[in-house]
Amino acid sequence: MTEKTDVVIIGAGPVGLFAVFELGLLNIQCHLIDNLDKVGGQCAELYPEKPIYDIPSRPVVTGQELTDELIKQINPFKPKFHLNQQVEKIDKTESGWIVGTNIGTKIEAKCIVIAAGAGSFVPRKPPIENIQSFENKNVFYAIRDKSMFKEKKLLIAGGGDSALDWTNELSKDSNVTLIHRRKEFRAAPDSVSKMQELETLGKIKFIKGQIKKISNTPGSKIMLEYENDEERLNIEVDYLLPFFGLKMELGPIADWGLNLHENLIRVDTKKFETSTPSIFAIGDINWYPGKLKLILSGFHESALMAQEVFKYCFPDKKNIFRYTTSSKELQKKLGV
Amino acid sequence: MPKLIIIDRQGKKSEIEFDTNFTLMETLRDNGYDIEASCGGCCACATCHVYIDEKWVNKLNNMDDDEESMLDQAFDVKNNSRLSCQINLSEELDGLKIEIAPE
Repeated sequence: MTEKTDVVIIGAGPVGLFAVFELGLLNIQCHLIDNLDKVGGQCAELYPEKPIYDIPSRPVVTGQELTDELIKQINPFKPKFHLNQQVEKIDKTESGWIVGTNIGTKIEAKCIVIAAGAGSFVPRKPPIENIQSFENKNVFYAIRDKSMFKEKKLLIAGGGDSALDWTNELSKDSNVTLIHRRKEFRAAPDSVSKMQELETLGKIKFIKGQIKKISNTPGSKIMLEYENDEERLNIEVDYLLPFFGLKMELGPIADWGLNLHENLIRVDTKKFETSTPSIFAIGDINWYPGKLKLILSGFHESALMAQEVFKYCFPDKKNIFRYTTSSKELQKKLGV
Repeated sequence: MPKLIIIDRQGKKSEIEFDTNFTLMETLRDNGYDIEASCGGCCACATCHVYIDEKWVNKLNNMDDDEESMLDQAFDVKNNSRLSCQINLSEELDGLKIEIAPE
């Protein structure tokens, strides 16, 4: 089933969220799509606890606080979120676009607003030679169906929450070894003590080291060579599960035929429209002479973009500029 | 002006001048070195990983827990690994030699 709205915003970071506000004031409905399982983009994923000092009127605000307040601010406009999915393709229709994601969501809209920051968050892959040829066979960066690991020998790599949580969880039914470069872990203290307890009980093994090589074995297993202080050792397992956090990639956006400037989308500074009419780009993903990658710039870009999107959504209507301070109609929309 | 000696990912050595008001990451990025620094320098990723020449390791500001745990997301971590966004440049670091770690 294809859903219908006015604008699809790709990316639910601070700038994508604020775009809902600016578009909402002009009666434009939005759906947002994000590859993460939560809204807030980098602010929520990379630095939820870190203070930001350059948001006007907020002497200090954390990434998570900024996200939470933006959500509160756009709530009156009832945006619809499609999380945990990546936009794969866009198709032109007579009246706009159909946006399709990797899990089959289809949304019809008049305009697309790309607010994708530095791109989609994808798993960070260890730079081990030939690892690509083992991916989705013996190497998995995310776990969708844990039953496939039952009674198998696993090597889990990493020291964060994902590595520790999966070590603890999969140790119930599998033979798990955890490999990490040091004895300290950045994961939550509870998960760390649980893992250490399992290790003491002999339910899991821990090795200190970093994986250097991957190779086939005569059977269907894989051999991993790892470096441990000065020595190099091998371990044979069925599966390797590396958990080294996330990184950002432009992804499918690069293939949509938009004019790019070093992996950023070129826009004009009046409309923030890309080289393809009715596709806009705001925030860190766009480029124009003088561009500064600041959240503040993205907010400004949202407001100007919305003026132009209005013309696509309501070609016969006149857009009269008003302030939220004085317009009764805008206040009604905001529920104040 | 004080100088840094940089070895890039291709093994090419070069010298750049630095201003003490900036971090090593900012200086590298400003000079066009290929350093991602995707979080912008707030120690929330591990994409500005460098190796410090052994002679200089102890002359830098100490590594805090935040930086040490972010290094868990880097690869090919060595005893002389640091995140360049956490290194404050000072006059005393004139001649500092670093190598940009593989991606």
